This record gives sequence, C-alpha cells and structure tokens, in this order.
Amino acid sequence: MIVIDRERCKGCHLCVDVCPTKVIVVDTKLNKKGYQPALFIEEVEEGAKGCTGCAMCASVCPDVAIEVYRAQ
Amino acid sequence: MRGSNVVGEAAVRAGCRFYFGYPITPQNELPEYMSSRLLEVGGTFIQAESEISAINMVLGASAAGARAMTSSSSPGLALKQEGISYMAGMELPAVIVNMMRGGPGLGNIAPSAADYFQATRGGGNGDYRTPVLAPAGCQELAELTFTAFELADCYRTPVMLLGDGLMGQVMEPVVFPDPIDLESRTPLECTLDGCVNREPKKLYSMYLGQQGELMQHNWDLQAKYETITAKEQRWENYLTDDAEIVVVAYGTASRIARAAINELREKGLKVGLFRPITLWPYPKKHLRALAGDKVKMAVFELSAGQMVEDVALSVGERSEIYFYGVPGGVIPTPADVTAFLRSVQAEDGKKGRRYEI
Amino acid sequence: MSQPAMKQVFKRPDSLKPAETHYCPGCGHSIAHRLVAECLDELDLREKTIGVPPVGCAVLAYNYFNFDMVEAPHGRALAVATGIKRVHPDKFVLTYQGDGDLAAIGTAETIHAANRGEKISTIFINNAIYGMTGGQMAPTTTLGLVATTTPGGRDPDRDGRPIDISRMLAVCENTVYIERCALTSVKDIKKAKKAIKKSFQVQLDRLGFSLVELLSPCPTNWKMTPRKAFEWVNQEMIKTYPPGVIKDTTGY
Repeated sequence: MIVIDRERCKGCHLCVDVCPTKVIVVDTKLNKKGYQPALFIEEVEEGAKGCTGCAMCASVCPDVAIEVYRAQ
Repeated sequence: MRGSNVVGEAAVRAGCRFYFGYPITPQNELPEYMSSRLLEVGGTFIQAESEISAINMVLGASAAGARAMTSSSSPGLALKQEGISYMAGMELPAVIVNMMRGGPGLGNIAPSAADYFQATRGGGNGDYRTPVLAPAGCQELAELTFTAFELADCYRTPVMLLGDGLMGQVMEPVVFPDPIDLESRTPLECTLDGCVNREPKKLYSMYLGQQGELMQHNWDLQAKYETITAKEQRWENYLTDDAEIVVVAYGTASRIARAAINELREKGLKVGLFRPITLWPYPKKHLRALAGDKVKMAVFELSAGQMVEDVALSVGERSEIYFYGVPGGVIPTPADVTAFLRSVQAEDGKKGRRYEI
Repeated sequence: MSQPAMKQVFKRPDSLKPAETHYCPGCGHSIAHRLVAECLDELDLREKTIGVPPVGCAVLAYNYFNFDMVEAPHGRALAVATGIKRVHPDKFVLTYQGDGDLAAIGTAETIHAANRGEKISTIFINNAIYGMTGGQMAPTTTLGLVATTTPGGRDPDRDGRPIDISRMLAVCENTVYIERCALTSVKDIKKAKKAIKKSFQVQLDRLGFSLVELLSPCPTNWKMTPRKAFEWVNQEMIKTYPPGVIKDTTGY
C-alpha cells in the first residue's frame, strides 16, 4: 500500500499515469497549495488486484510525496 | 629576492598551500615560483584556464578551509571581480595579488597604479569593501603578505595586495617573518569538510527572502567594515612634523617621492611624506591631522588621478591640494617629482596642477 | 481479519531534507535530487559530501540536499569544486548544474575540469531551456522549440544548433565516463539512478572525471502539462539527445 502526502503533492499526476493497477486517481478536493493532489484508492473492488507495492508511483513522483509499504 | 617571488615565499610561510593563477605579464614569476615551491611543501598549484576560473578555485579552496591565493595584473583583476564580490558576500577569506600595469583595456606591460578605484571601491557588484594593502618595496611585500592572510582569516574577507610591475621585478634584500605553524591554525567556522556529527553547512551570498534578509546581511557586512576601519588602518608619516608640503603617495610612487623629498630637504625645503599603507580603510583622520592652511598637500600617483579623490575626502578645504600623475605605464623620476614640489611651492602650475574640490 | 505486517519499501532518502521544494509540478529536478540522494545513501557518502549547486532553478539546492554545499557564481561550479577537491581529496565532491551553467557561461570551467580529470562527479540537468529566468534559449534548446528569445523557434542560421557538450567532453582522455539518461519513465529513472551511482563509484575509485546528463522535463517553460512534457522528452527531445553511454573507459 502507499501513503500519499496530499499537502506535499503538486498535482502533476504522473503517478496516476504510471500505476499498473490504476489505484491512484486525481482527487477532486484541492490541497492548501491549490493543486488537485493524487488520491490512493485503498479499498478495491472484489477481484481487483489493488496496490502491489511496486513503487513505480514513488519512483516517478518528483516530490517524494509517496511512501510505499509491502506486506512482509 | 625578486618582488614577485617574495610574495610567493611569504605566502608559503604564512600557511598558503593552494595557489591558482593564470599567466599575465608582469607577474608570471609568481605563479612560476609557486608551481615549484608548493610542491616542496605538499601544496597544490593549478594553472587555471582563466583568471575567472582561478578566483573561483580560490573560492572553493577557501570554502574547504584552506589559505588560498591568486594573483594577476590589471586586466586579469577585472575578470576576478565577480568572484571577489561573491566571496565578500559569502564572507570567505582569500588573498588576491594585483601587480598593476598600464590600462585601460589591454594597456601595456609597464608598471602603473591605475587600479586604485577598482581595488578600493569594490570593483564587483554590491555594497562591499575589501581591505587593500599597498607595500612600497620587497620587505613590505613580505610582511604585508602575512598581514593579508591574517586579516582575511580574522575578518572572513578577501584581501587585496596591490603591487605593480616594477615592484614585482626589482630585487631587494628581505627578512621574512617566522613561518606560521599550520597545525595550530583553528579551522574557520565557515569551513566545509563533510557533515560528520553536525548539521550540514551552506555557504551562499543569495538572500531572496521577503523580510529584508539581504538588507540585514548588508548591514552586518557594513558593521564588519566599520570594525576593520576602526582597527586596521596602516600608514607612515615621514618628516611630516614641520612639513609645509606633504606629499601623499603609496607604493612605488612613494619610493620615488621619498628620493625627491630627501633631496629637497637637503636644500632646505620643508617637505614630508604621508604614505597610506592600507588604501582601504584609508587613513583619513591621520591625513586630516596634517592638514591646515599653512600646509599644502601634493598628491603624486602613477595614474591620471584616483587616490587624489580620497585625499580630497580626507582633507576637504583645510589645505590646498595639488596633483601630479602620469598614466599609461610611464614612470616619473625623482627629478620630475622635485620639479612638481618646486612648482607647488611656487604655485605656478608648471608641473602638475592645483586640484580643485 | 488482521492486517499483515508491512515493511516500508520506499521513503525519502537521508541525503534529502524533508523540505518541500519550490520546483514546478512535474519538474525533473526533484526526481534528479532524489536519485542523487538515494545513491549517496547507498554508498554511505552523505557525511563526506560537499556539493556545488548551479545558478538556475536549483540555486536553492542547499535547502533540499542534506550535506555541505557552497554556492558558486553562474557557470563556475566546476572551478569551485576543483578548489574543494584539491583541498579535500578524500571527501566526495559533486556539482549539480543546468544547461546554461554547464554549457554556456561555464563552458571553459567544464571543459578544463573534465580535461584535467578532476575526481568530481557532475550531474548535468538538460531541460533545453533557461528555466529560472523564464524560458530563454539555452545552448541545448532544440531546433524549432520556441523560447522567449527565439521568436518562431530556434533557427540554425540565426541561433546555431543545439550543443552536445557531453560528446565534446568525451574527447578528454581524463574523462572516463559520460552517460545520458532521461527522467521521463520509470524505466529511464532506474537507468538514470544506475548511471549516477556509477559516476559516484568512478570518483571513489579515483579514475577521473565523470558526468551524467539527465534529460529533464520543464513543463512550465515548455508550456506543457507534466504528462505532455514527459511525452515530449520521450518522443522529441531524444531525437537530438539520444540517451545512452557516450563514453566508458572505466572497465566496470
């Protein structure tokens, strides 16, 4: 799973493009800087893969706004 | 020992282990000397790709905590102004040697002293000053090189040593001060050497904040310059006690003037010499103390007239001021100066001119 | 159902301060900063590192990088770094420079530090434009790209062609490793990190000078969205600046 720091996020949405399981979307609510930050979808539909902890989002995030955790 | 080499030897004895320079006449003997002398003491010499690069290598070496030096002549000093301004803003020590030659532009390679404004007014951008030391011969070249490094470290500022092509070439006997013990030198607060067991340091001259941070930084620098002005003026009075004409001259010009003064004293003319040794801070009050309506100031420079403005600032209308100077690398003889002083006595304007405020 | 134990697999590297950067959304600087910081962490170099930032958007890099840094006048970073490295040959010295800093005003300092083979690692951020000053032509601006000082786009007769400083530096024998990478896909980012780490290893092994050129998106001055800027690098910029190893005499 990932944790997005929504106040740190600048709304570039590169993570949204890069996520292979499409569990990141653009939030409709603005953050304090006026950006629409990325939003992590924690609960996925029945049968959907969900976050695999691949960290591609964090790797492309210019603002180190994402922390990634994997089940041990 | 030759003047240029004296500076090099003195620098090494004063703890300088890093020299970065670029060839330019008439000071090439200095980098050449340093290239081999530094090897002997385990130091580093780099012939940089330009005078600009050399001053920036000094900036880096100084930030890293070393005593570092560069040298050049007038056109090369013009190139170094950016680096000097940065180092003044970042409060980094350095010693910069200028063996002046004729200008402006490429000029010629003969000795001249037309970089007074460049040196004392801060030739780079911004409100800053650098101490400027003006030796008048090889012995002072040695002693003031030590002083330059001390002032640089003490006040965290670039310091300029102002010589000229003639001083760099003459050979005179020299007694060097004792070498300093490099081991016992405490690293400066601003030294960058890796952040082991401490917070990282950052050295910069840019203050972009909206709360007047750059203004405050400038006031802090000005306070430092006031301290230097209060404590570090250096000058010499020679036969000024009963002088009716006081020659004001520095560097090589003062040597020429001294010969003329000695000759005229034998002939009964009451003439003396006020010799500034720090051109910044200029020893204004000490010059002013000699002024009065029975004393004439006779300013003699190897230029079209730069220090004469500081004399005017120091003396005002207390004394009449006369000026004689020759630019472009032509060196007057003592006989020329004698003629100037006779002309000052007679007030006939035949040699030199009255300097009106 | 209980939550399985989680292990953190991605976090901010120690060599990067927690400060939020002033860089634009989608700017390549932030990615590059993070990669440099990760490599320094992995090689345990943070406490030995002294860095020189550019004059450019990254002029405030000392507020983001968590190691000693000293400002340099525009273009002079490699001369300043030379001074530092000669005083502290045992420390790790890097410069982080943009295209104007390294290949316009700083060309002489760059070429000669590379030619002397200074044991320094240089990160060269190529975004084909002058970012900080608002989008003027850089030496690396590609033909046809519209900058504020190239009305109608860069013209080869009027403005010259984009410079390939990395290939020019490869001629210097004491320069042992030069690689160009993009920052505009996960795969490219992984390659860029490897290249940066290799450049750092070159310094540790005292082999000579090394440089990593990073093709970096500048959405603001290219007048594109971050997504489009990434695409532009991947589809257009690489035609002028093909990624890959430009020189490698390291033997690694």
